Amino acid sequence: MTTPRTVELVVNGERRAADAEPRTLLSDFLREGLGLTGTHVGCEHGVCGACTVLVDGQSVRSCLMLAVQAEGSEVRTIEGLGGADDMHPLQEAFWEKHGLQCGFCTPGMLMTAVELLESTPGAGMDEIREAISSNLCRCTGYQTIVEAVQAAAERMQGEGQ
Amino acid sequence: MYPFTYHRPASLDDARARLAASEDGRPLAGGMSLIPTMRFRLSSCSDLVDLNAIDGLAGIERHEGGIRIGAMTRHAAVEASAEVREAIPALAALAGSIGDVQVRNRGTIGGSICFADPAADYPAGILGLGASVNTDRRSIAADDFFTGLYETALEDGELVVSVDFPVPERAGWAKFGNQASRFAVVAVMVSLAGGAVRLAVTGAKSHVFRVPEMEAALAADFSAEALEGIAVASEGLNEDLHADAAYRAHLVGVMAKRAVRAALAP
Repeated sequence: MTTPRTVELVVNGERRAADAEPRTLLSDFLREGLGLTGTHVGCEHGVCGACTVLVDGQSVRSCLMLAVQAEGSEVRTIEGLGGADDMHPLQEAFWEKHGLQCGFCTPGMLMTAVELLESTPGAGMDEIREAISSNLCRCTGYQTIVEAVQAAAERMQGEGQ
Repeated sequence: MYPFTYHRPASLDDARARLAASEDGRPLAGGMSLIPTMRFRLSSCSDLVDLNAIDGLAGIERHEGGIRIGAMTRHAAVEASAEVREAIPALAALAGSIGDVQVRNRGTIGGSICFADPAADYPAGILGLGASVNTDRRSIAADDFFTGLYETALEDGELVVSVDFPVPERAGWAKFGNQASRFAVVAVMVSLAGGAVRLAVTGAKSHVFRVPEMEAALAADFSAEALEGIAVASEGLNEDLHADAAYRAHLVGVMAKRAVRAALAP
């Protein structure tokens, strides 16, 4: 049916539901259907990585997935990473290392980096650069972002020991 | 995006029935190419039949004759597969060179070869390794599968189920990728099996092709030096803002040598 249907899924550990047309992208559904505007929409055709979220543990471009495809999935967005009082080590590291300037790419960068550091805890420089090659930043440049991810990797490994 | 009716069948039979019953239905695999083209309204369909909920279409199996990869197997799974890395490391390298991590997490081998983008990587893997494509009605040899720009031998409603790769003695993958998109400007898969050589090029023409002259030279002497002096004509090669035809012709020679060196690397 081309008419809206209810999409039920778990977002950041919470069961959520909202109506979506089959053609609604997951990115638009998160922002407009669920009010989670932390996921940014840049190019809307799979180039910039700003809309990166985790679906069932894997990073995806939410602009290249339909909301109806996420039915029954577990989605993690930037809102689930941490708040001002309980920041994720990656968020702290981006703050400390000046890993952001305008902040538009930051949610996508962070979600890409979360997947990397959770799947490859000891990720090195090359792995970090390869992972964030999927995300465009137009102001900070990549050096401080790489340094931030590296600092977070070290911190997360320290915590894990 | 133009509106469409969405289906999420749980079986291949159900998917076929829904495609057959639709006016202008299309199967949806990983969606990494189809969704953006639909979003740009470059393509549209009456019905989108999502293959992601069908059990048994994804997976990698090692058997006596080689490796079978299910159509819905993600690039990331092929890249990480111990079986593929052991038997055909060049194929794992190819999968790992596709797009970026988000694309590899969603994109599938079946989707890639059915879409048949002229700059996609998997077509060179299929043709260069002499794979066969199994559909819901027959098996299609690599040499017959890719027929033109975004064109394949598939009939209306025919669905790819898996791809069978024979295990070569040696194979090598070399890619000159666009730095932004990671699509192949030119990429080459070469393989050596039972004295026969296959060398397939993607990114350079409307669709993937073999280079018989290079194959013959390599069959006599499987070394990068054997390719010295064998030029590929620039007539008919792709031209775009990334590379003109003459540059692509040059790159075919360079990538072919690199692929052979990769195949010979310990």
